[in-house]
Amino acid sequence: MTPNSQTGTDTVKVAILGSGNIGSDLMFKLLKQPGHMELALLAGIDPASDGLTRARDLGIATSAEGIKAVLADPDLKIVFDATSAYAHVRHAKALREAGRIAIDLTPAARGPYVVPPANLNAHLDEVNVNLITCGGQATIPLAYAVSRVTPVDYAEMVSTVSSVSAGPGTRQNIDEFTFTTARGLEVIGGAKKGKAIIILNPADPPIMMRNTVYVMPEANDIDEQAIIDSVNRMVADVQEYVPGYRLKNGPLFEQRSTAQGPRTIVSMLLEVTGAGDWLPPYAGNLDIMTASARRVGEVFAQKLLAEATPTEVTA
Amino acid sequence: MKAPRITDTTLRDGSHAMRHQYTLEHAKNIVAALDKAGVPVLEVTHGDGLGGSSIQYGFSLTNEMDIIETAVQTATQAKIAALLLPGIGTRKELQEAVARGIKVVRIATHCTEADVSEQHFGMAKKMGLETVGFLMMSHMRPPEFLVEQAKLMESYGADCVYVVDSAGAMLPHQAADRVKALKDALSVEVGFHAHNNLGLAIGNTLAAVQAGADQVDGTLRGLGAGAGNAATELIAAVLDKMDLNPGVDVFGLMDAAEFVLAPMMPFQPIPDRDSIAIGYAGVYSTFLLHAKRLGAEHHIDPRDILVELGRRQAVAGQEDWILDVTLDMAREKNGA
Repeated sequence: MTPNSQTGTDTVKVAILGSGNIGSDLMFKLLKQPGHMELALLAGIDPASDGLTRARDLGIATSAEGIKAVLADPDLKIVFDATSAYAHVRHAKALREAGRIAIDLTPAARGPYVVPPANLNAHLDEVNVNLITCGGQATIPLAYAVSRVTPVDYAEMVSTVSSVSAGPGTRQNIDEFTFTTARGLEVIGGAKKGKAIIILNPADPPIMMRNTVYVMPEANDIDEQAIIDSVNRMVADVQEYVPGYRLKNGPLFEQRSTAQGPRTIVSMLLEVTGAGDWLPPYAGNLDIMTASARRVGEVFAQKLLAEATPTEVTA
Repeated sequence: MKAPRITDTTLRDGSHAMRHQYTLEHAKNIVAALDKAGVPVLEVTHGDGLGGSSIQYGFSLTNEMDIIETAVQTATQAKIAALLLPGIGTRKELQEAVARGIKVVRIATHCTEADVSEQHFGMAKKMGLETVGFLMMSHMRPPEFLVEQAKLMESYGADCVYVVDSAGAMLPHQAADRVKALKDALSVEVGFHAHNNLGLAIGNTLAAVQAGADQVDGTLRGLGAGAGNAATELIAAVLDKMDLNPGVDVFGLMDAAEFVLAPMMPFQPIPDRDSIAIGYAGVYSTFLLHAKRLGAEHHIDPRDILVELGRRQAVAGQEDWILDVTLDMAREKNGA
């Protein structure tokens, strides 16, 4: 652990793997709001990449040696992986063997899914946690907010992102987005069954990221006020680390016909405006991933510091 | 000019007008009549494609896989097709539909987003399916833009690429220009799918055929989203008069429309006020019934909702935006 000259508090050295858009946005977030982390390395695999150049210009140590450079420095305790699912499978194993904590922003999911306000505290003993998908980070908190009040049969999310903010990874693996997000709605969101839909919208100027969450509770007769209160608390919790997270409409309570007869549906319509740290504000889908990753990293950093020294730390 | 192949999609696009309430009995009767009349391809799926049964689009009364299986068992000559919209349905549903007997898959993306379909075409070709690419909302982009997207689908393995007028917003020359541009640029077949919101479904279909379309879509009685589609029985009668009958029984289709489908239809889709607004504003035809329902519930004119959705450039599948627009308008109206 090293003293941070700016804040006077102890910090944990962290590294980012991946010098693309996500890695770069995360870098700007860690510089703007380091908390108990010190970004000590941005590692990519292409020495000529814009991302590495940008990092060097900002005075951040860089390497084009990828995971090798991360493993070479034992002080890098927390590693954010913003590469690809394919690469992370290999990275996960190497980082685990080297005793580093991996925060996985790819869909590889080698460790448990985490959504900070729902279940992060339950996974602080893990050495690898996965951030699901951007749509999952946006919508699972709201499904969870309902299911902690009343049992939920089914939760469905619809994510609409601007075409320009959906990169080739998302486009070539669109099924994986729906599988993983649906699973997250079940595992963390508390729904017996989850469903995810993603839509790309090419409107110009680009639209902000929009998400709609529909929840079908087990019971038709539910305590609406308790759900509204729980959802509002959750929105405030997410806003702590994603300032552009906003419930635009709802919760709306409606009766809809289903094959099993009329059921109560809770609809919640969200908008996520990115912080514009590196990616433009319409890329709320990417912003919520990097903001969640920063939050998870911060909580892990505090835990490591608390283990190293018994003194109390604050965010 | 050559006779185009007709695909009937009463059991897919018609599912919107049926509010996804088809039964196995419905499917059996519709397939039997179309099969007997010689229609070679029948599309059978939830209106929004495989996996479309949802809160967002409406739940199916009957599991679409069971309807597909019933259709496969009923047909003697017709091939059964399924629609898949990447982002809604996945390769998992596609695999099950293949296990239930589909021979054709039609893979639909918004007309600017063809590159999300690569993995689905790849799997479909591997499984030996005939593949069709669907460029939805094609009125939103000019012919030369559509050509680039169609070429992507061709490169992924599409055997045919459709110009899809999902909003029923095209005029005949626009349909013809788009079909012709694709015909000139692709080595695979080209198709056209019409909606009747501006009363031009048959006219646009004919313009497409004259521009060289190899495949066209219809539904009995035009049963489909918005003001419905080009009626299969009308396409057959008109093509027959042009000496372009692809081998279907014109009177048989007229009978199927009148005596099999009409009695089970909840309403006859026509270019009514709100449907014309869809064609005029260029929004997705399936928004019609959702906008009518939400407009009635929240005391907002459905036409205002539809026009605003056009202004926001909503695309296929964004039914949640109808609720969003409605709630925004209701809030504004109540001065809150």
